[in-house]
Amino acid sequence: MMDILYFAWVRERIGVPRERIETSAKTVSDLVAELCGREERYQLAFSDLSSLRVAVDQELSDFDASLAGAREVAFFPPMTGG
Amino acid sequence: MYISVQDQPFDLGTVSAEFASGHTNTGAIVTFTGLVRGGAEDRLEAMEIEHYPGMTEAALNAMAENAISRFSLGDALIIHRYGRLVPGEMIMMVATAARHRKDAFDAAEFLMDYLKSRAPFWKREISDSGASWVASKDEDEDALSRW
Repeated sequence: MMDILYFAWVRERIGVPRERIETSAKTVSDLVAELCGREERYQLAFSDLSSLRVAVDQELSDFDASLAGAREVAFFPPMTGG
Repeated sequence: MYISVQDQPFDLGTVSAEFASGHTNTGAIVTFTGLVRGGAEDRLEAMEIEHYPGMTEAALNAMAENAISRFSLGDALIIHRYGRLVPGEMIMMVATAARHRKDAFDAAEFLMDYLKSRAPFWKREISDSGASWVASKDEDEDALSRW
């Protein structure tokens, strides 16, 4: 099982802040493809990956990163702190 | 080192005075405070700040530790708020303590540059024309390349 978290407009497009899913995705990209295959709201949220960032187990990561052993994956737009 | 992610306001005077006290090996303290800026055209009613609990604290800790070792700081502080804030409210502050002012100023800039685009916060502006997520700026990302 893996926790998937969404923030800011990604959360709004998907409609939930987090969900727990059963997945065999090997990489972040695999996971995105799997989610997009489920429902249109995921395609809407993931339509432009260049406008998204991803964290694996709370560390900034890349879309080609491995998900081996990962418990938590978060998707969000570029951060706007400060 | 002091890191706080909080929804409550902070008292700039108290925090600064406390941070500046008790050093015997420090010659320079720099503090920077960020406020919610009212809009020039659209009237900004509020700013809502969302964050990623857990990752935020870890990211801020890592930034402060980096700054301490890179600029040989005696101490560093980061406070960042989340939730709904109105124009004029303080959003965040950083403070750095070093032997000399250049390291203290540089470390504060370094922390600000990293906070802008590497700390998991997202701002949403509520104005009289509606609500919109603040987009990241290319120059904020570019600013990191100088470090």
